[in-house]
Amino acid sequence: MEVALFIPCYIDQFYPHVGKATLELLEKLGCNVTYPMDQTCCGQPMANSGFERDTEGTTRQFLETFKGFDYIVAPSGSCVLHIKEHQPKMDDLSEVQKEVQSKIFELSEFLTDVLKVGTIKGSFPHRIGFHSSCHGQRGLRLSSSSELNETPFSKAMDLFAGIEDLEVVNLTRKDECCGFGGTFAVSEEALSVQMGKDRLSDHLEHQVEIICGGDTSCLMHLQGIAERTNKPVKFMHLAEILNQAIS
Amino acid sequence: MSHPSQAANFLKDEKRAHWHDETLWFVREKRDLASKNIPEWEELRNLASGIKNHVLSKLDVYLEELEEKATANGIKVHWAKDAKEHNEIVLSILKEKKCKAIVKSKSILTEECHLNPFLEQHGVEVVDTDLGERIVQFLNQPPSHIVLPAIHLKKGDISEIFHEKLHTQKGNEDPVYLTHAARQHLRDKFMAAKVAVTGVNFAIPETGEFVVCTNEGNADMGVHLADVHIACMGIEKIIPRRADLGIFLRLLARSATGQSITNYNSHFRSPAPGKEIHLILVDNGRTNQLAREKFKNSLKCIRCGACMNTCPIYRRSGGYSYGSTVPGPIGSILSPGIDVKKYSTLPFASTLCGSCSDVCPVKINIHEQLYEWRQEITKAQGWTAKGMSMKMANGIFKSPLAYKISGKLLRSTLKTLPNSVIYNPLNTWGKNRDLPAVPKESFKEWYQKNRS
Repeated sequence: MEVALFIPCYIDQFYPHVGKATLELLEKLGCNVTYPMDQTCCGQPMANSGFERDTEGTTRQFLETFKGFDYIVAPSGSCVLHIKEHQPKMDDLSEVQKEVQSKIFELSEFLTDVLKVGTIKGSFPHRIGFHSSCHGQRGLRLSSSSELNETPFSKAMDLFAGIEDLEVVNLTRKDECCGFGGTFAVSEEALSVQMGKDRLSDHLEHQVEIICGGDTSCLMHLQGIAERTNKPVKFMHLAEILNQAIS
Repeated sequence: MSHPSQAANFLKDEKRAHWHDETLWFVREKRDLASKNIPEWEELRNLASGIKNHVLSKLDVYLEELEEKATANGIKVHWAKDAKEHNEIVLSILKEKKCKAIVKSKSILTEECHLNPFLEQHGVEVVDTDLGERIVQFLNQPPSHIVLPAIHLKKGDISEIFHEKLHTQKGNEDPVYLTHAARQHLRDKFMAAKVAVTGVNFAIPETGEFVVCTNEGNADMGVHLADVHIACMGIEKIIPRRADLGIFLRLLARSATGQSITNYNSHFRSPAPGKEIHLILVDNGRTNQLAREKFKNSLKCIRCGACMNTCPIYRRSGGYSYGSTVPGPIGSILSPGIDVKKYSTLPFASTLCGSCSDVCPVKINIHEQLYEWRQEITKAQGWTAKGMSMKMANGIFKSPLAYKISGKLLRSTLKTLPNSVIYNPLNTWGKNRDLPAVPKESFKEWYQKNRS
């Protein structure tokens, strides 16, 4: 199985260790992973700001880079959702676009639904809080949503279930937005920061050592606030915890 | 009107903003409990959504049927193309009845049409009889929430308002005491009013009747004591059959407040002997919205307010931060249809978290419409600095080399810039947040060195 690794631009630039953890994890689980060197960005920051029509060049670049693989995997629910739902329609590449949109998966979704690993076996002796990113949760349906009357589920929790000594706390508001929201983080700075502070408090009130999530963008925002206010908490991407737990 | 500055203002009183957030979250939690108590909840949402889609697909037919059946029942039906016509129709009825004081139960439509100031200018006293609405009316404020009009006020605030307006004891914050005072005050108004105005929650073409839902019974009290009942409805309030009503009443009460049923769901079909019922059907921009393929299903809204209670933005910025009659997520997709310039910041007052769409009892894809409005708004705005920077970003991201160079440049700049520049107040990210530590190499650089 040939898997193309898509590392979102801000992870590439600021969180290379998240990219490495994703790569190592997929390899440990038996995937033949390639990182196409010509990748840049999915185009989400522009599209969510109201400029989807100006992302054609970026989209073309993305499609040309990722066509022809069995699967494309990214450690980000948000960017995957963008590729699936908000790429502008490319008329001359419509077949490629359809193929890419159906073959791209967020990491926990790929492990659960494609590799069907069930759970990860290993050990990670820490108390963590899990931040469900909204685009992963309500966009890709990686976990049940508290608004809906549905049987509770979570792909991340399923993966965690086999990890010894890992304790995941029950948050008071289990799926409230952290307030990152892309350009929202600066265009509505006051609100964004207040939402982040509130989310952070929920985790801290439950005495977590580590805040974990499937989207580094949310974590970057929360970490930025935590560091500014000297909160003693660490941040790790889901891929890092799974990768460390196995080894 | 800019949402970010209004929101920042609201958040200055952090304690009060926190209280506002918790208060609305409490309502959201009540709603969760109520909706999870019935196993068929999601099926009800599907049905309601389907029925409303159907109504919108043949709204013209249903409206004419409603007019015909209601007229046959003895109701006088009026058509208003906009707020101005609506207000003039109400005034003309009042003039004909020589009525100088009316009671009005909660109607967001009359807020949208700014009926109160219009009537007051023409010498008519308007008394809002919903307790929350009466409170904000004392303050000359519009409702800050469509179901809970005075939710932004605390007990102490209300005690002060009542002390001033109703001469209650200073400092007495006992809710029972205050409610009793309001009740006495409103009784006198009810007794004196010859005309009562109400909104409409559902209108049923099959039978020519309409339904008004209140928890306080104030619509009924007003209507039964008055000679004339004027009911004002937006043209989207149709459900085809009386049999459909159960679906909507079950969804509405649970979504709005977490109750299993609203206290008073009153059906009005024909006037009592010697009395009159007027029904005003108001367009005011609704057919324009119906013509917009991407936005028409916003007209499915039954005004339950659940999207406001769940919205992490609304809860922390308050209803007034939106500057529109209907605030919150649903307001942010309805208002740009009325005035795209005035309400241009509203679709951006969201992280697109999608909670509104999942909570919506009629399954309006609110967050997707927020995204679509953003695309429309930037087109309407023409050239902007932001637009230019987006075009430049696309130029960088479409070229792997340009991306590599600018990424490297960004990281090295961040490394060498002094903190005073990075955390300057002009740098919005850095006002209250640290930037991530800058790694010595990107993932791509690492991969190239170690793996390829």
